[in-house]
Amino acid sequence: MIKMVDVYKSFGKLEVLKGINFNVTPREVVCVIGPSGSGKSTLLRCINQLEKVDRGHVYIDGEELTDPKTDINMIRQQVGMVFQLFNLFPHKTTLENITMAPIKIKGVDKDQARDQAMELLRKVGLVDKAHVYPNNLSGGQKQRVAIARALAMQPKVMLFDEPTSALDPEMVGEVLAVMKDLATEGMTMVVVTHEMGFAREVGDRVVFMDEGMIVEEGTPSQIFDNPQNPRTQSFLSKVLSF
Amino acid sequence: MPLLDSTFGLAILDAITSSAGFKVVAKNFVYFLGGAWYTIFITALSVAMGMVLGLFAGLGKLSKNKIIYGISTAYIDFFRGTPLFVQIFLLYFGVLPLIYDNDSLSSAIIALGLNSGAYIAEILRAGIQAIDKGQMEAARSLGMNERQAMVLVILPQAFKVVIPPLINEFIALLKDSSLVSAITVAELMHRGDLVFANTYQATWVFGTISLLYLVMTKTISMLGDYAERRLATE
Repeated sequence: MIKMVDVYKSFGKLEVLKGINFNVTPREVVCVIGPSGSGKSTLLRCINQLEKVDRGHVYIDGEELTDPKTDINMIRQQVGMVFQLFNLFPHKTTLENITMAPIKIKGVDKDQARDQAMELLRKVGLVDKAHVYPNNLSGGQKQRVAIARALAMQPKVMLFDEPTSALDPEMVGEVLAVMKDLATEGMTMVVVTHEMGFAREVGDRVVFMDEGMIVEEGTPSQIFDNPQNPRTQSFLSKVLSF
Repeated sequence: MPLLDSTFGLAILDAITSSAGFKVVAKNFVYFLGGAWYTIFITALSVAMGMVLGLFAGLGKLSKNKIIYGISTAYIDFFRGTPLFVQIFLLYFGVLPLIYDNDSLSSAIIALGLNSGAYIAEILRAGIQAIDKGQMEAARSLGMNERQAMVLVILPQAFKVVIPPLINEFIALLKDSSLVSAITVAELMHRGDLVFANTYQATWVFGTISLLYLVMTKTISMLGDYAERRLATE
């Protein structure tokens, strides 16, 4: 489904990704963990080309995104993304946030888009907030709307960039619950996260990154219960210490 | 005896209404209103032209294309960096006669429109840059191309940010439109000048004209407040 081959990326002199090889199979939930600055978010942003890679290849469903002839906008329609800071459109209501892309880009009929959006709002438990502006929502509600907005394009893959890192602790659970439902339904997901509990419970595979490289990967129990690499061990001992 | 009894009040009123200045203003008031109408007409058309030019030049200044960036920058630099009064003369007497058989009214609108376009360009550019980068990323991640993201997501938000500085610019433009009296456009200032030249009632004539300008500028700022309230999303 997603394939990254030998991907390099620098910001100026800072080399952020140093030869990443990364695969995701359909219906798989991959959690990417690692210290800040390890390149997790950049890896995710390279998957839908919000960051252009310097070297290497990225494929989604066999189509090469790094080929300049590829229509990146068509591919992005099939790859949903959820951001740490939500990035909802503040000038549109919740419902309009969700229906905008289907109507304007896919040409979906307005009524149909509206019905689909209400269905998605039901799924994330926010039907009563359909006509509210984002500024009147809590962080957890905003993030659930952002998930619904991404799902409205009926993507094949969902990318989550630290979706709960900007939330107050009591709101983390409601967002993770929505993501867990999504995983259960068989959505292919790549989740950059600091929620080790979520990675262990929901992830099919856990990838540990440090200093721009994938250091270790495996099933949650392999990584959390029996990490092989000393860097993985040291990171986990810090985040799982209490 | 109270200081201001009714006879005293009437005496003051009588003194005012029988003064030469009041008579001049009363006689010419409809003529002044006609001038104010001209001022509104010129300003409205210049603002419309300025908005279109400003949008293109503002986006041009954000363009990665060096030629588009260069043209936009040169346009903005020239019209912001030279006096409007000079621009009016340059266009009316110099440039526009080469292009068409120009009259003073259309020349005035073109000069004011070109000038305000340069200021509006900078206002819009700043407004666009004030929108969080995450908005463009969210729009692009949904599959919008750059133009769709601009039109659907960035510009509507930028427009809200720029209402106060745009209102400032509209007010400045309305006041600056008095400069075109120098090329004989019969707007408010020009009519005041003509009446003054015949009567020498400077305080009455220019006082009245000031009040008319004030009414117009206050109306614009109230429209701006209304627009801000309408677009509020909290």
